[in-house]
Amino acid sequence: MTSLAERLILEAILPGGASWSRVCRRGTALTLTDVEGGANVSALFFRASDPLERYCMPDTLKAQHVSRLTAGVALYSDMGRVLASVTQDTCGWHDTITGHATASAVADRWGAVSYHERRNDWRRSAREAFVVELAKHGLGRRDVVANANFFSKVAVGDDGELSFVEGHSASGAHVTVRFELDTLVVLSSVPHPLDPAPEWSPRAVRLVVARVPDVESDDPVRVACEENERGFAATEADLR
Amino acid sequence: MSVREAVDRDAASARLDRELADGLGWIHELGTGETLRIVDLSGNQAVDTLFFDAHDYANRYSAVDTIREQGSAYLTLGSRLLALDCEPLVTIVGDTCGRHDTLGGACSQESNVVRYGEHTRHMHACRNTFLTQALAWGRGLDKRDLSANINFFMNVPLTPDGGLEFADGISAPGKYVELRADRDALVLISNCPQLNNPCNGYDPTPVRLLVWPA
Repeated sequence: MTSLAERLILEAILPGGASWSRVCRRGTALTLTDVEGGANVSALFFRASDPLERYCMPDTLKAQHVSRLTAGVALYSDMGRVLASVTQDTCGWHDTITGHATASAVADRWGAVSYHERRNDWRRSAREAFVVELAKHGLGRRDVVANANFFSKVAVGDDGELSFVEGHSASGAHVTVRFELDTLVVLSSVPHPLDPAPEWSPRAVRLVVARVPDVESDDPVRVACEENERGFAATEADLR
Repeated sequence: MSVREAVDRDAASARLDRELADGLGWIHELGTGETLRIVDLSGNQAVDTLFFDAHDYANRYSAVDTIREQGSAYLTLGSRLLALDCEPLVTIVGDTCGRHDTLGGACSQESNVVRYGEHTRHMHACRNTFLTQALAWGRGLDKRDLSANINFFMNVPLTPDGGLEFADGISAPGKYVELRADRDALVLISNCPQLNNPCNGYDPTPVRLLVWPA
């Protein structure tokens, strides 16, 4: 394919603690890069043409027998279609089972501060950011479902015990999400609620949206398992 | 895994005592302090369950907030099932099974096609039952309110390398779980009709539901 400069649709820096939403079209991909290391990006995905169809954590996990996201994993909607695919990943593990920071979590972990005190360093939670971004698209509290947390790893022990892995994502780590349907993407760069960092230190992330080649019949995500072959077929059938 | 021995609650003092056949649903309000017991009559049945704040349905059960705050991926005795506001809706106060799933979700026609193939498209599925019950209940409850649920009596272990398995059940005939309402709560159940999953031995069976007053 052509150079990135020719394929580029958007390049932006999402500061730490901020939020973002955009409809990313089928045939494009979003690459998130952890600029400084230690970032977390909580993410929700909705089908743009019918947001009642949305990213479904349980269907994603059980279709592929996984408990985390990485390259080769499809992000399923609750209607048996593939909204997006993780096509590249230098991290190896992105959490999707432990949610995102609420206002009370931010206040308990790092202390609540006011806009008056801190101006643009006011601490907002991922929950507040999600609800506001969703409202811009006619959605709201009822649409807050289980999210992905890019760059965060929460390890699972033999008896199910959960532990946040510190230092999982280094400076320059990146993950690419390719859209198989036009998808409303909602992001928050607020730290993961299990991040033990004593200081509030949300990290910036670089966002690049670019056109990508058509998905081939031997695409690694499509052929990762029989379930994905059926999921991609259902997705493509719906576009005809 | 915590397992509490059976407590002798007297069925005669329950305000509700009924069987729910496999494939059927149930929606019901629990008052604060009331206790719901779900009995796995024949063993290894999956009881797909959602909870809502009875006065604010948008403030519903949140699987991910629940497991993060308790630091464990499975539900068991003592698990506080949190709403999106991260406060408990109900607490597991009795559990003779020991472990329940909340990451495997509910079966749907669409996910059955992905998982098992086109021939399963028209099989009965939990999310249709959830929708049937939600719409019959009315009061605005609909598809937007259906999110990651609890599968009582279902065993879905996660592996340290990032996998997820559907393992043989660890429940048995007569095992039960008891839930105490920490606030007025709406409970929505689909007694799973799945015929393609080894979890229930490919054999959905009835459960018994009892509710005791506070």
